Amino acid sequence: MSQAAATIALIGNPNTGKSSLFNALCGGNARVGNYPGVTVEHKTGRLLLPLDARDPSSSTALIEIVDLPGTYSLAARSADEAVSVDVLSGAMSGVRRPDAVIVIADATNMERNLYLFSQVIELGLPTLLVLNMWDRVSSLGIQVDADGLSRQLGVPVVCTSASKRQGITEVRNSLVALLQSDPGERASAIVSRPTAASEFPEVFQRETDLLLKWLVGSKVAMERFQVQRLLIDTAEAHVHRSIPNHLTAELASRLTEARGRLSSAGVPIPLFETKARYAWIKSKTAGLIERPRQRPPTWSDTLDRWLTHRWFGLLFFVLLMFLIFQSITLVARWPMTWIEGFQGYVAATIESLIGPGPLRSLLVDGVIGGVGSVLMFLPQIAILFLFIGILEDCGYMSRAAFVMDKFMASIGMSGKSFLPLMSSFACAIPGIMATRTIDNRKDRMVTILVAPLMSCSARLPVYILMVAAFIPDIRYASGWLSLQGIVLFAMQSLGALIAIPVAWLLKRFLFRGEPSTFIMELASYRWPSWRVVFSRVWERIQAFLVRAGTLIFITSVLVWAAAYFPGDHAAVDTSTREWEQLKSSTDPDQAEIVRMEKSINLEKSRLIEQSFLGMAGRVIEPVVRPLGWDGKIGVAVLASFPAREVIIATLGTIYALGSDTDENSSSLKEQLQAAQWPDGKPVFTLATAFSIMVFFALCAQCASTLVTIQRETNSWRWPIFSFVYMTSLAYVGAWLTYNLVSLWIP
Amino acid sequence: MSSSLWTLCDLKPGERGRVVSVQGTDSLAARLLEMGLLPGEEIEHIGTAPMGDPIEFSVYGYRISLRRDEAGRVQIEKQR
Ligand SMILES: Nc1nc2c(ncn2[C@@H]2O[C@H](COP(=O)(O)OP(=O)(O)OP(=O)(O)O)[C@@H](O)[C@H]2O)c(=O)[nH]1
Ligand SMILES: [Mg+2]
Repeated sequence: MSQAAATIALIGNPNTGKSSLFNALCGGNARVGNYPGVTVEHKTGRLLLPLDARDPSSSTALIEIVDLPGTYSLAARSADEAVSVDVLSGAMSGVRRPDAVIVIADATNMERNLYLFSQVIELGLPTLLVLNMWDRVSSLGIQVDADGLSRQLGVPVVCTSASKRQGITEVRNSLVALLQSDPGERASAIVSRPTAASEFPEVFQRETDLLLKWLVGSKVAMERFQVQRLLIDTAEAHVHRSIPNHLTAELASRLTEARGRLSSAGVPIPLFETKARYAWIKSKTAGLIERPRQRPPTWSDTLDRWLTHRWFGLLFFVLLMFLIFQSITLVARWPMTWIEGFQGYVAATIESLIGPGPLRSLLVDGVIGGVGSVLMFLPQIAILFLFIGILEDCGYMSRAAFVMDKFMASIGMSGKSFLPLMSSFACAIPGIMATRTIDNRKDRMVTILVAPLMSCSARLPVYILMVAAFIPDIRYASGWLSLQGIVLFAMQSLGALIAIPVAWLLKRFLFRGEPSTFIMELASYRWPSWRVVFSRVWERIQAFLVRAGTLIFITSVLVWAAAYFPGDHAAVDTSTREWEQLKSSTDPDQAEIVRMEKSINLEKSRLIEQSFLGMAGRVIEPVVRPLGWDGKIGVAVLASFPAREVIIATLGTIYALGSDTDENSSSLKEQLQAAQWPDGKPVFTLATAFSIMVFFALCAQCASTLVTIQRETNSWRWPIFSFVYMTSLAYVGAWLTYNLVSLWIP
Repeated sequence: MSSSLWTLCDLKPGERGRVVSVQGTDSLAARLLEMGLLPGEEIEHIGTAPMGDPIEFSVYGYRISLRRDEAGRVQIEKQR
């Protein structure tokens, strides 16, 4: 049952609820958010429908549903729109050409949504029109006659509220009817469907025929609607890419001639198409859509006045970010203590069950010290994504882009770049993917190259650890404002601040070009849907746990092995066993216990010095010494180049192995505070902590991000470029920070 | 006064106009047309971003943001 009986594409304008409907139909977890451009790649889901006419023996059929990026028209200009057009025309590798299409229209904005519909029905596929956001229609005082539309447009029409899971059964029933119909009947229904293109002027049809004939003669297979796109769209449009290189010159001259003839015949390109389509839409919807002439004032408008206010708008944005990071430090405190306590309990249990030796060390120092230290940060990640989910689903994101556009323009970009950059605060990978919505190629490149500078959620644990260990917990404003939160906010902003000159330089020297444009639909404010927010948080928690269980687990074990071998642990294990026995005896000799602890600790640090890791540390130390780091930090940072969080695991393992043996196994934070140079000075000063944080803020320590850059730019040049410039920036930044802070606080 | 002298930039917050034409034949003009800024459509200035640019308009019952440069290419006649 692996082969789907039919493939159905979901297409529509941006932000109309395609992914919501996809999730409702397939039980999938496609990302949903209240701004245009959430989905930027196709996503396939499966659905079992009762009955398949083509195979009477089976009672259910497996249907493949493809969620697509939103687009306003089939004249694709940006990379995400191109995905939709490619899937529809069967040009996307890995996706079957759809057997039917669902066009989703926002019922509160029918005319503009029907524009895309008018283009899609010309593909000649069975089509279902879904009017989504039906719940908002009546509250806005709009009236839409769905049955009338179905009659006028010649396609079945279903009304849904996808986010509330309303009307989904009707969509399923309509799909069954669509797929079950007799092929002959279906074909004749499609042929007799009214289309706007059939009303295009005679001259335009003639020019289409002429061009089609030439293309067929040149062995280029193209459908009629694609040929019409060639005639109408400018040369940068997506459709031109399917023309082989040796034909482009001739095509260009043919197009110029054709357009000249058309315009002298009173058919100006591109105006005539939009005019004809909107006229067609008006004629089909006449009397069926009623919108109040005077817009009723909504709370969305009132909120908008404030959030885009002359000065309050900007202030609000900064304040919002600040509050988010304040609350992360304040709220996450409690769950962290619980996790810490649990971790200590598990370690103690293992220690009571297994005697000193390699196995116990692997479990306690390697796995609990490594993976456990990373898991501590789960609450913070969850809280961050709770905020991100709310922000994304309430409609503020497109306003933030609107507010920031002027500023982005001053560094040569546009508000369009702002959304991918905001999304990079969660993770650079979806952020880089989201640059597909930027139609200006040079802007897109600059955005891709600075996106990894945004402080992603993998940096958060590093900052929190350093801040918790080395920034005093001073509170202001009767406890509501914490110094630690302020430093955290500063660290989170650093990458974005550095990105400003970097973007400016890139735009100025590498990607000079015409100024970009900013045409964007502004989503209306809405109460965030808890289902959407919760699934965002849950998705991230899962990803975090999977990473902890795979990548971080493996590196922890490797780092443990490097720090444990090749030294001989027999002596230290014996004395640890004796020490444990002595401690649990009825009347222990306190002086003897202290003496033994001293010798065990001495032996432990000697062993780690002699291990492979210790040797590597001595090699690295000269390189990292100017940054204020010792060899252990150097190795830990080096190990975290594939993924940032690994540094927590590595430091956890190193310090668990070399840590002082005493009553209660102390937390990583306390172990860092206690770490010393051979001469007895503390390793971690404020300057070292800041130097590590700045290094992490600026460095390209994420293999997946580099792979994503490669995929999106189609070249290895750019990931290498990102890696080199970010790592250099990080080294210089950390060096400057170390020296400046040391000057200030000797 | 001839209506063609006005562009979308000349609208003040709360004012409405009717689109007369969109200048140019490039892809920007095409996108504006596709988004519904067609001759004859009514359009309202909703507000501006903090630094005076871009501008938020309402057309066909939805909100669109345009920079001054782009808005300047849409000729309108003002309405009261
Ligand atoms: N009120 C209401 N909101 C809805 C409905 N369907 C979806 N939404 C909301 O509309 C927003 C956009 O939904 P998505 O499913 O992400 O839309 P999309 O079409 O996939 O958007 P893009 O991928 O950006 O093109 C989200 O905030 C949804 O919660 C609905 O029927 N009624
Ligand atoms: Mg989507």
